[in-house]
Amino acid sequence: MTQSQRPLSPHLQIYRWELTMALSILQRITGVALLLGLLLLVIWLLSVAAGPARLESLNEFLTGPVGIAMLLVWTFAVYLHLGNGLRHLFWDIGWGFSLNTARRSGWAVVVFTLFATAVTWWCALGGTG
Amino acid sequence: MNDRLRSPISRARGLGSAKSGTAHFWAQRLTALALAPLLIWFIASIVGLVGAGHAEVAAWIAIPLNSVLFITMTAVLFWHSMLGMQVIVEDYLHENWVKLAVLITLKFAHVLLAVTAVYAVLRINLGSQ
Repeated sequence: MTQSQRPLSPHLQIYRWELTMALSILQRITGVALLLGLLLLVIWLLSVAAGPARLESLNEFLTGPVGIAMLLVWTFAVYLHLGNGLRHLFWDIGWGFSLNTARRSGWAVVVFTLFATAVTWWCALGGTG
Repeated sequence: MNDRLRSPISRARGLGSAKSGTAHFWAQRLTALALAPLLIWFIASIVGLVGAGHAEVAAWIAIPLNSVLFITMTAVLFWHSMLGMQVIVEDYLHENWVKLAVLITLKFAHVLLAVTAVYAVLRINLGSQ
């Protein structure tokens, strides 16, 4: 059964953006991004299994500008997906559905993500974590 | 018993009901729950391994608890990912054979990658080269 060719009424161009909407689609987007990160994880494991030379070249890439950018995005994605995922789990047990609560928990997820990403990177870059 | 509850068109199409929707929902939540502590462990460990050489990384993975947690985390990650990707594909692809082809490809890829990760961890345990 193919999709009909009839036009849709405009939605994204019209509806006012809310944090709740943004977090919802970001949950999906970060999910897919994290799958790509999983790929990298498998490659890393294989490199460790393959020996020092392979791990060294992978580390060279990972500590380069592209690698660092990827890891930064990945860290952000993990915490956003994890935080929002927990928010989802609370919804699953019936808590937090009122719009105000949903907005507030949404902001909590954003704050948590930024904070956790910052702390993780601070520790990774040589803090006393 | 299911046949009493099926509509004539579903019987004609022969595809049956979705049947395992609840199982999918539950598995998604269960894997999510398991991943929360596993990911905290993983990120904390990786941050600790920043700057470590191959020998140290391999030795760390070869510690029994770490290997067990790593394999568990990877398996659960791929399981969780497949559940999520299934929902995404079903949301956007409606042509039956395209949807099926993409889902099967994704599933096979997930399984292969998960097995690869397990292999890598085992290989590291048995000492590389």
